[in-house]
Amino acid sequence: MTEPLLQVRGLRKRFGGLVATDGVDLDVAAGETVAVIGPNGAGKTTLIAQLSGDLAPDAGRIRFAGADVTALPAPARSRLGLARSFQITSIFREFSALDNVALAVQAHAGHSFRFWRPARAEAALREPARTVLEQVGLGARGDVPAGTLAHGEQRQLEIAMALATRPTLLLLDEPVAGMGLDESARMVQLLRTLRGRHTIVLVEHDMDVVFALADRISVMVDGRVIATGAPEAIRMNPEVRRAYLGEEVSA
Amino acid sequence: MARRRRALAMLAALAALAAIPLVAGLVNQPFYLDLFRRIMIFAIAAVSLDIILGYGGMVSFGHAAYLGIGAYAVAIPALHGVHSAWVQWPLAMALSGLAALAIGAISLRTSGVYFIMITLAFAQMLYYVGISIEPWGGDDGMRLARRSQLGGPLDLGDPHVFYYVVLAILAVLLLVGDRVIQARFGTVIRAVKSNEPRMRAIGFSTLRYKLAAFVLAGAVGGLAGALLANQTEYLTPSYMHWTRSGDIMVMVILGGMGTLAGPVLGAAAFLLLENVLSAWTVHWQAILGPLLVLVVLYARGGLWGLLPGGASRDD
Amino acid sequence: MNWLLVVEQCLNGLQLGVMLFLMAAGLTLVFGIMNFVNLAHGSLYMLGAYFAVAFLKWTGSFAASVVLALLATLVVGMLVEVIALRTLYERDHLDHVLATFGLILFFNELVAIAWGRAALFASVPPALGGFVEILPRLRYPLYRAVIILVGLAVALLLYVVVSRTRLGMLIRAGASNRTMVAALGVNIRLLYTVVFGFGAALAGLGGLMAGPIYTVQPGMGEEILIEVLVVIVIGGIGSIRGALVGAVVVGMVDTLGRAFLKPMLATVVSPAAADSAGPALASMLIYILMAAVLYFRPQGLFPATRS
Repeated sequence: MTEPLLQVRGLRKRFGGLVATDGVDLDVAAGETVAVIGPNGAGKTTLIAQLSGDLAPDAGRIRFAGADVTALPAPARSRLGLARSFQITSIFREFSALDNVALAVQAHAGHSFRFWRPARAEAALREPARTVLEQVGLGARGDVPAGTLAHGEQRQLEIAMALATRPTLLLLDEPVAGMGLDESARMVQLLRTLRGRHTIVLVEHDMDVVFALADRISVMVDGRVIATGAPEAIRMNPEVRRAYLGEEVSA
Repeated sequence: MARRRRALAMLAALAALAAIPLVAGLVNQPFYLDLFRRIMIFAIAAVSLDIILGYGGMVSFGHAAYLGIGAYAVAIPALHGVHSAWVQWPLAMALSGLAALAIGAISLRTSGVYFIMITLAFAQMLYYVGISIEPWGGDDGMRLARRSQLGGPLDLGDPHVFYYVVLAILAVLLLVGDRVIQARFGTVIRAVKSNEPRMRAIGFSTLRYKLAAFVLAGAVGGLAGALLANQTEYLTPSYMHWTRSGDIMVMVILGGMGTLAGPVLGAAAFLLLENVLSAWTVHWQAILGPLLVLVVLYARGGLWGLLPGGASRDD
Repeated sequence: MNWLLVVEQCLNGLQLGVMLFLMAAGLTLVFGIMNFVNLAHGSLYMLGAYFAVAFLKWTGSFAASVVLALLATLVVGMLVEVIALRTLYERDHLDHVLATFGLILFFNELVAIAWGRAALFASVPPALGGFVEILPRLRYPLYRAVIILVGLAVALLLYVVVSRTRLGMLIRAGASNRTMVAALGVNIRLLYTVVFGFGAALAGLGGLMAGPIYTVQPGMGEEILIEVLVVIVIGGIGSIRGALVGAVVVGMVDTLGRAFLKPMLATVVSPAAADSAGPALASMLIYILMAAVLYFRPQGLFPATRS
């Protein structure tokens, strides 16, 4: 049995009196799409932050691509092939969309202690960036300042920046947050094309999106994973239904 | 487009500066030569601060410390008979750069208001150290034994030669600065200012780039300090006082930060204003103070932003 | 080792610490609640000292001059907040720094215009002159002892206000979640003005007590401001407890360092070397301390949790 691409054991994190992550175990096999769902306050974003390296856990281990990355900061994990998109859009608003993606390319194209040649003239940065923009559907919007893009386009840009770093694992934190029906559908289409080629860990509230994309679902409540399994099994799971009392587990 | 306009504006400014000695000669006012040379020296200091403040978003309130170190790096060797600019000036840049490395290594681990206070505190520490070292004049400061020697026909004792040397340095700095901003390094610095967590998420170890920028800015500040020592032929620890850091910061903001050309304008405006106001009243700072407050409140783009089409910042 | 000298210097360190605390408390409150970097805090300290001298001359009564100086500083502080600073709360820290820097220049010149640039003489009030015998054979200036007591009393008062009164509750709430306090319908503007005025009064108190000991001259505020910033960074921005601990530590380290570093050095290196290096090193001590604290705790010792 090959080791899972991402392996989490006994992850714990508390903020003062609040236990945000209470002994989380998680395995994600290469090529899988795993969705992490749960009611508000379950600790999903905190989990993502610990996986990406933005937050240090109090206890537990994280193994990625065969190496223990628990102590590695975010930039190092990115260099190992782990990419993240943010729940609250986090882009470079003053730069153009193309510049945004080119920066992500630049981060993995050697060091940036270069002081003379204009970065915009480097085809090795611009071409891959254009390709990724096309891939996410923003091909025509490359020269627009990122801050003036529509909300849905900005979410697409988030994905583009993650993709431009050539990741093996994508951590997507609510990719369709704040999107209307059409935009969500387009995003799901995009994410479908990524399935299999990238391993994906997806945090989402929108159940349509989850059932459309996930191979497996893990349910978090109060910082713990209470159930993991195939979508149908999760849908039928009585504990899960109880946890979602009052919330719609639809379709 | 913004770049083209900036380049034209800078060329115009440099041409104007080049003409000053001729004008000063025509109206027989050598004082202007002195004044504009001083302006250019502070412009060099302000441009160096703009790199980290305007482009990098690092509010370093201790920049004057590097000018002070640069000045002492000229005066102390001169005291011991070493007058070659080719020794003194690289030494000034190296020592300031080193100080920036030490201060930056500690300060850049913090952010926000902590960073401002800490850079302020460390710079002031250097000031206090400067006061307490008696062999180098302590509180009273020291004279520069002799101006730096560049060798050959470049005699800094000649006001015109000195003027054009400073002008040349400023011009080179602006040219190199422009390239650096557009290059990979400058792009990283600007992006870090825009959204540092995002930079880390896509794989940049941001601390090393910020520190590098901090060191570069410090080194150029040291060069400005070396030139300043030559300009005044006298220096005191007060060159490093935090209010001097405030002055340089004002020049950057007043001129328009993050524009490279703005700080040059700002240095000119600040020193010319000081010149004019102090002729009226010895209490000119009572006017400058509120003026600053007003600029901050209402004219954030600085002088550069007030120029036609000046509002579009660097990109 | 002259132990009496050590005790005396420790008391001096405590006295400096207490004055630093008066300044630090106001500054850290303003930062914690309004997220505002007020570099002009030193100017309020300076105004306290000048007002005290002026009112003493005017009324001839020390008690009256103290009360009037405190009131005057309070009023000036609140005026400055309403006129110049209110619109800046939403702006970034750079704007705060620049605006308050402008205020520093203004106040320093204003004071020079009104009272001249030469240092003013402020006398220790006759009632508080003289010495008090702390230990057998150790006589300590009564005035300095009073400063220590006043400072500790203020610390106690602040503790009571912040932890036992409604105002204090608002202050603590505001320090950790400003928007929530506003959302709860509290008159935020008034709260801010009151807090700022309160901080100004504390600074003024520090200034008027400092007058007889340190020189009263334009720019006196900035010298102590730097040390106050070090105190706040060490103690943790937004925390009064941090301000007290930081202030006492900084006061002690600075005073004891200046008193004893040179003689201590002279025991290991030549007197000449100690003579030149001693004062320089002593002046660096508190900054080295700050760097050391930051290395282990970048947020300071007791950071107020903020959101």
